[in-house]
Amino acid sequence: MPVPIVEVRDLVKHFPIRRGFLGRESEFLKAVDGVSFRIHSGETLGLVGESGCGKSTVGFLILHLLKADRGQILFEGMETAGLRGEELQRIRRRMQVVFQDPQSSLDPRMLIKKIVGCPLEVNGLARGSELVSRVRDMLREVGLSEDHVYRYPHEFSGGQRQRIGIARALITGPEFVVFDEPTSALDVSVQAQILNLIRDLQKRKGYSYLFISHDLSVIKHVSHRIAVMYLGKIVEKAPKKDLFERPLHPYTRALLAALPRPDPEKRHPLAVLEGDVPSPVNVPGGCRFHPRCPEAVDLCSTVEPALREVEEGRWVACHLCEAGE
Amino acid sequence: MTETLLDISDLSVRFFTYQGIVRALEDVNLTVSKGEVLGLVGETGCGKSVLARSVLRLIADPPGKISAGKILFKGEDILGASRRRLRTIRGNEISMIFQEPMSSLNPVFRVGNQMMEVVMLHQRVGKAEARRICIDMLNQVKMPDPEAVLSKYPYELSGGMRQRAMIAMELSCRPELLIADEPTTALDVTVQAQVLTILEELTRRQGVSVLFISHDLGVIAQICERVAVMYAGRIVEIAPARKLFSNPGHPYTRGLLRAVPLVDEERETLNVVPGVVPGLIDPPRGCRFHPRCAEMLEACGRIVPGPVEVEPDHHVACHLWGSGR
Repeated sequence: MPVPIVEVRDLVKHFPIRRGFLGRESEFLKAVDGVSFRIHSGETLGLVGESGCGKSTVGFLILHLLKADRGQILFEGMETAGLRGEELQRIRRRMQVVFQDPQSSLDPRMLIKKIVGCPLEVNGLARGSELVSRVRDMLREVGLSEDHVYRYPHEFSGGQRQRIGIARALITGPEFVVFDEPTSALDVSVQAQILNLIRDLQKRKGYSYLFISHDLSVIKHVSHRIAVMYLGKIVEKAPKKDLFERPLHPYTRALLAALPRPDPEKRHPLAVLEGDVPSPVNVPGGCRFHPRCPEAVDLCSTVEPALREVEEGRWVACHLCEAGE
Repeated sequence: MTETLLDISDLSVRFFTYQGIVRALEDVNLTVSKGEVLGLVGETGCGKSVLARSVLRLIADPPGKISAGKILFKGEDILGASRRRLRTIRGNEISMIFQEPMSSLNPVFRVGNQMMEVVMLHQRVGKAEARRICIDMLNQVKMPDPEAVLSKYPYELSGGMRQRAMIAMELSCRPELLIADEPTTALDVTVQAQVLTILEELTRRQGVSVLFISHDLGVIAQICERVAVMYAGRIVEIAPARKLFSNPGHPYTRGLLRAVPLVDEERETLNVVPGVVPGLIDPPRGCRFHPRCAEMLEACGRIVPGPVEVEPDHHVACHLWGSGR
């Protein structure tokens, strides 16, 4: 088995919420509560879940933009948690990120040359005319024009700005890229352009991706394997085909059943889950999904189900899914 | 023949800005029949919301101006209506749900006060009666514990609950037409499913007509009987939902439908509509879609295509269907 490019084991991140007298930290928002997965070279892992389930936090933890409370983050089999300074920077150059909102992730006062070239400069990889020529190459790579080097972000449309964000992420030649809802702010026709670009770049250059989104159809389009998150935990992990053909966890099924399809012939009554996603501050005991689960049994409210491999490559955290079912 | 409730003809709306005149709507024709759910779909900035607001005369003047056209509601001219008459139409006969329920509820008043105020003003009932009506409405939108919700502030409710409170408030006055402007865009899929189901049930039960605005083709396919597609301030296609999705007539509609990633089937590459949505200060001459259209004819850049009935009830504004050739 080749070493996965990224592996996380039992990742935990709790954010303290200050409450009460003397600023004691009495409550925690459990954003990520024991998440494990592997991403292999050239592969896209899709991380899907509703708002507040902790999917973006996972991305931030892997990139060391946030420090994990517990758990391991391995990059090419090497533990990265203890890295500082130059060592950390060397790793970081090989993992990059593209954010959701291309409006706020690009500095409006910087030229595109500076924005896209910044990672090169910071890492001491290129400067001067070499930097400019590499920026030009990169812009062409993501479908922009070379002449865009001396323009400002406001001169571009949303889709073009997202291309700039992608160019900035790819210019250091990373092996691994986190996409955090890269198309949520875009219109359908522009979203299609960006999704095609992301897939196309992977095919040509062999990047590995962690693709975070709330949109199941987008996730399906770009991912090889998919992990479904609910309240800080992964509830199901499976190859794309299996997950969509035969979702095993009741939450995955509910997500699929709640999604309206763009085809009136396939109109079906949308399956309605009761209630809202509970707050990650007061996580329900037992299985986190049990208060909303249509199939919950007594056991679900007391014992938290572990994420187990029920079939080759398929992991489910549910009492109702026995191995070899 | 079904009775026409809302009849918009040749509506044009302009905004006078420092950058120039924004031609937000141009010769829009649209009817909503009694009891019908009409979907209005289009990308950001195509004028969907301007159209919705025009119906209630909510366009800020200046900078906006309804420069031509007619809006008839049950035969009554809305554009010529007095302020006093407008106040009774708004809320009583036509009401509107906006995208972000947090910004349409006042944060400093309790939900109950805001809901009861609406009921008391429009239905001329006393406080106790208004409260009873509100609780009844909240029950109808399946709000858990409606009594408690009345004494809460908007921030204490989740997004889905706020949107349900808004629906309850709007439908409490039993309007004949409900304008829903992207009512589920800010919500998660499972919550969106709840809200759509409630909206569908209630409007059907009360026989309310709905003008449902969304950029999400899935949502539109799920709940609309007839669909109008807007592009750059013009309606390019209107058809019954089934016909529109199975046999789209306009190149833009076709492009849009093929750009959506699907969960039920695999699409290798998404279709891309090249280019970007044009600015409306200086929109393309002739057909506004022609610079992005793969099937452009010589006439497309010169003459604005008029709507052609390509099959019963299916209208397409495109030269490929014969008008202007």
